Amino acid sequence: MTTNGSETLISIQGLEVHYKTGGGLFRAAKNVRAVDGVYLDIAKGETLGLVGESGCGKSTLGRALLRLTEPTGGRVLYNGKDLAHLPASQMREQRKDLQMIFQDPYASLNPRMTVGQIIGEPIKTFKLANGSAVTPRVEDLMETVGLSRRFIKRYPHEFSGGQRQRIGIARALAVDPEFIVADEPISALDVSIQAQIMNLMERLQAEKGLTYLFISHDLRAIRHLSDRVAVMYLGKIVELADGREIYRDPLMPYTRALISAVPVPDPEIESKRERIILRGDVPSPINPPSGCRFHTRCPFAIPDCSSIEPSLAEIKPRHQAACIRISPEHPYIEANAAAGLGVIGK
Amino acid sequence: MSETNGTILSVRDLKTYFKTEDGLVKAVDGISFELKKGETLGIVGESGSGKSVTNLSVMRLIPTPPGEIAGGRIEFDGIDVLALPIDDVRKIRGRRIAMIFQDPMTSLNPFMKISRQLMEVTRLHLGHSKDQAYQHALKMLKMVGIPDAERRMNEYPHEFSGGMRQRVMIAMALSCDPELLIADEPTTALDVTIQAQILELIKDLKDRMGTSVILITHDLGVVAGMTDKIIVMYAGKVFEQAPTRELFNTPANPYTRGLLKSVPDPAHEEGTDLYQIPGLPPDVAHLPPGCPFAPRCYRAEELCTKEFPPFVQINSDHHSLCHFAREVYEDSKSDPPTTAKHTPIQGESV
Repeated sequence: MTTNGSETLISIQGLEVHYKTGGGLFRAAKNVRAVDGVYLDIAKGETLGLVGESGCGKSTLGRALLRLTEPTGGRVLYNGKDLAHLPASQMREQRKDLQMIFQDPYASLNPRMTVGQIIGEPIKTFKLANGSAVTPRVEDLMETVGLSRRFIKRYPHEFSGGQRQRIGIARALAVDPEFIVADEPISALDVSIQAQIMNLMERLQAEKGLTYLFISHDLRAIRHLSDRVAVMYLGKIVELADGREIYRDPLMPYTRALISAVPVPDPEIESKRERIILRGDVPSPINPPSGCRFHTRCPFAIPDCSSIEPSLAEIKPRHQAACIRISPEHPYIEANAAAGLGVIGK
Repeated sequence: MSETNGTILSVRDLKTYFKTEDGLVKAVDGISFELKKGETLGIVGESGSGKSVTNLSVMRLIPTPPGEIAGGRIEFDGIDVLALPIDDVRKIRGRRIAMIFQDPMTSLNPFMKISRQLMEVTRLHLGHSKDQAYQHALKMLKMVGIPDAERRMNEYPHEFSGGMRQRVMIAMALSCDPELLIADEPTTALDVTIQAQILELIKDLKDRMGTSVILITHDLGVVAGMTDKIIVMYAGKVFEQAPTRELFNTPANPYTRGLLKSVPDPAHEEGTDLYQIPGLPPDVAHLPPGCPFAPRCYRAEELCTKEFPPFVQINSDHHSLCHFAREVYEDSKSDPPTTAKHTPIQGESV
């Protein structure tokens, strides 16, 4: 599913989140470019997976869409409105349609409120029901996410991690949103519970026609849940394609390294695998490398990579990548490197 | 694998209990295993399964009270660890048995330079002079692949990234050339690309130094490529124990089968619904009678809720704690869990 096939729900255009850090009396503040010119369209009803290492800006991007972090540039179009520049009062109203599920369900639930109060709060805030109509609605939501309605008077600490995540999901669903940003929703959960939450998210999407931005560092989960996958590196989207395509034929050396790094639960495969081991760590977004930000770790980097900033271009149908060493005519970087081709893309 | 066939660690019927307000928690309840020299053992389990407590027991690091090693025997290279005075245990710890943890930041002293922290270990355990210790520390940092090691010796832990800190921890753990390395979720806090580096490093060092390794993790992918044999723990018990390939190909326990099937696997495509184990991990303070996994098990019958299951021997190295172990084993033979990922969803309600 891509934006070609169906209507675009959210269009992110040149979104930037820059902020200043450090700085003192005698030191200049440093500019952190957490999100640096991101263009992405999210189609109605799809799950767009956003994957990258820690510090790449994926959570900041998700938060900036919902204005939980203020963007410093660019636009986020939703139903013809630019969310990035909406006055605060109107943005508050919009949050009814745009919700978020967080990584740590415990930190995001008020420990002094009962489950009923937590899930009921957004219903009351947006006046979706009042008085005695709230409780049945909360109970319905609890059943929807697989929590027994008997638990309505319990507090968050009485639940396990997986159950708390279900509470977080019920709260997000309470306002009947159209779009949900799920920021690492399964990372803190036990293996046997991760599958439950992924299946729940898929079922809810099918039932309610939800659109997800699913943020995760877990490529196995991303592959399983996403229709399309965007790979982020130091504030930029570096590759974008259908989920199956990106795993079958990753074009960027970074994406390949990411995929090859994931251990597969199969000793036969593991014993034969040739891993691409990246050297070094993710560089700091405070002072990102010039040109292509990946050039410091890329096995195929040439001198031009440190001066030319690549842009995201369509290399194969519905498959975009940002690398100056590949082009639609020559999509494979190893072959290009072997043939001695230099700068051929943009 | 090293040349000797000797056993480096043997754990027999270990019981580690904690007294809590909620009653007696049997965090580890009668587990046994053996590790040969040069071998790598994986211990897999969810939170509360007892996998970390097992290893803290081996190191005699259980906080007492509330914890207590209530029974069993731990032999390290023929030494009865539980009978040893604590001062003698300290001489083994860090020198002959080393440990690395999930979060390297909490195990490094934030106020001490890396050089001093590394030097402390060999000065204490190997009686190195200051100069010897410095040279040794530098050698270790280089060995674990820290670039620009001379300069980085003079830095503090906060100046290192997560992956680099874990390398420092590994350098520290291996600086006395220990016979056993216990790695408790060593890569859980790291990115996949860094995880791949660290696992590669552990594998490489193990091959070079002949160290035996216990790798504790919740990630079946991590143990698949790293270990010779695996223990699967649940509710303080060993549920299954087998050589790695055998465990992945023909598990004889419904819990292991379920875990393997519920991992989404990018190598196998066209997944629709993901297999899921229903329900929640048990509250170890209030275990049901019978098999602790029975409430979540697809194969459970009335028997399972009443009688504790036997530890069935499938073949010489393969055991499974299940009333129907043989049947599950036969099922796995005809329907291996790692390629059958498309079983319909079980009940979702909790």
